[in-house]
Amino acid sequence: MASALINVPARAKRGAIIEIKTLMSHIMETGYRHTADGEVVPRNIITSFSCRYNGTEIFRADLFPAIAANPFVTFFTVATESGKFDFEWIGDRGFTETASASITVE
Amino acid sequence: MRSARTIALAALLVAAFASLLSANEIPQGERRSGYSFMSPDTKAMQNDDTTNPGMLWVLDGEALWKSKAGATGKACADCHHDAGASMKGVAARYPAFDKTLGRPVNLEQRINLCRARHQEATPLPYESRDLLALTAFVAQQSRGVAVEAGTDPELEPFVARGHDLFMQRQGQLNLGCTNCHDDNWDKRLAGSAITQGHPTGYPLYRLEWQSLGSLQRRLRACITGIRAQAYDYGAPELVGLELYLMSRARGMPIETPAVRP
Repeated sequence: MASALINVPARAKRGAIIEIKTLMSHIMETGYRHTADGEVVPRNIITSFSCRYNGTEIFRADLFPAIAANPFVTFFTVATESGKFDFEWIGDRGFTETASASITVE
Repeated sequence: MRSARTIALAALLVAAFASLLSANEIPQGERRSGYSFMSPDTKAMQNDDTTNPGMLWVLDGEALWKSKAGATGKACADCHHDAGASMKGVAARYPAFDKTLGRPVNLEQRINLCRARHQEATPLPYESRDLLALTAFVAQQSRGVAVEAGTDPELEPFVARGHDLFMQRQGQLNLGCTNCHDDNWDKRLAGSAITQGHPTGYPLYRLEWQSLGSLQRRLRACITGIRAQAYDYGAPELVGLELYLMSRARGMPIETPAVRP
């Protein structure tokens, strides 16, 4: 199932500051909630997000239980060369998702 | 002579009372989508498809549209082909009259009927991710299309029943929908805008729910809020309310998937 929405400009001028927006589908269950029977709903969150630009890591974030469902992470970088952005989300219960987007720098 | 005057006076009183009643209804020109009550941040979230979390469900729905289901092994796309053409404007007409059942069905119910009749598949449970995803995908094809639900003459008695339910006081707080959404929509309730209750963006992403949800989920939450017993999902009362609300919003553009606080 489709799980990530990525917004990277398709083309940019060399040296331009570009905004990258990512939205990942995840319930982000805090681990602090209880069912009607009093049982704890086990924690199930994304714990880390990273972005690599042509192999080099340019952004990393740790995520915690207070972050809402379907985390939206946005950040800026400088467009240095044409290539690919690789995104990776890692979380509880072996959750791992990847996505990528390409950019043309002129 | 005297009785004639009494009758005239009574007629005048009735007319005055009637105009007082209809004064509660929101004039066409003053109707506002829930969108217009939101903060600039939440509006921005809805405006951009890459920040609108409802689009995650729409993408899932697009995948489901093309995936085969049921004993016949058919996908939605096998009959309806390109949803962009075949489903455009459909959500704006729902709930619509189903001739076999002899009553109106909403979009979720139509999807499940289609599954049962044409795909020979099991119905998807209300509020399940798959049903919300398919509904959101179908409804998104009508984005910007003006609502025209409830124009079918066969629906008239059902719209009227929905209207009665909208006006009827119920629950421990003894409130009808109209007491907030016609009379007090320009005020706030516990800090939140009350809004006029036009269901133009369903299924929509509610930040409070941290999920997509249907209009029936919203209605049930509102009914619980007035401390009345909520109708079950799919109950004719809820479909009637949906139908009345949609006909009340006639002419307003569909926003699915909307974002609401």
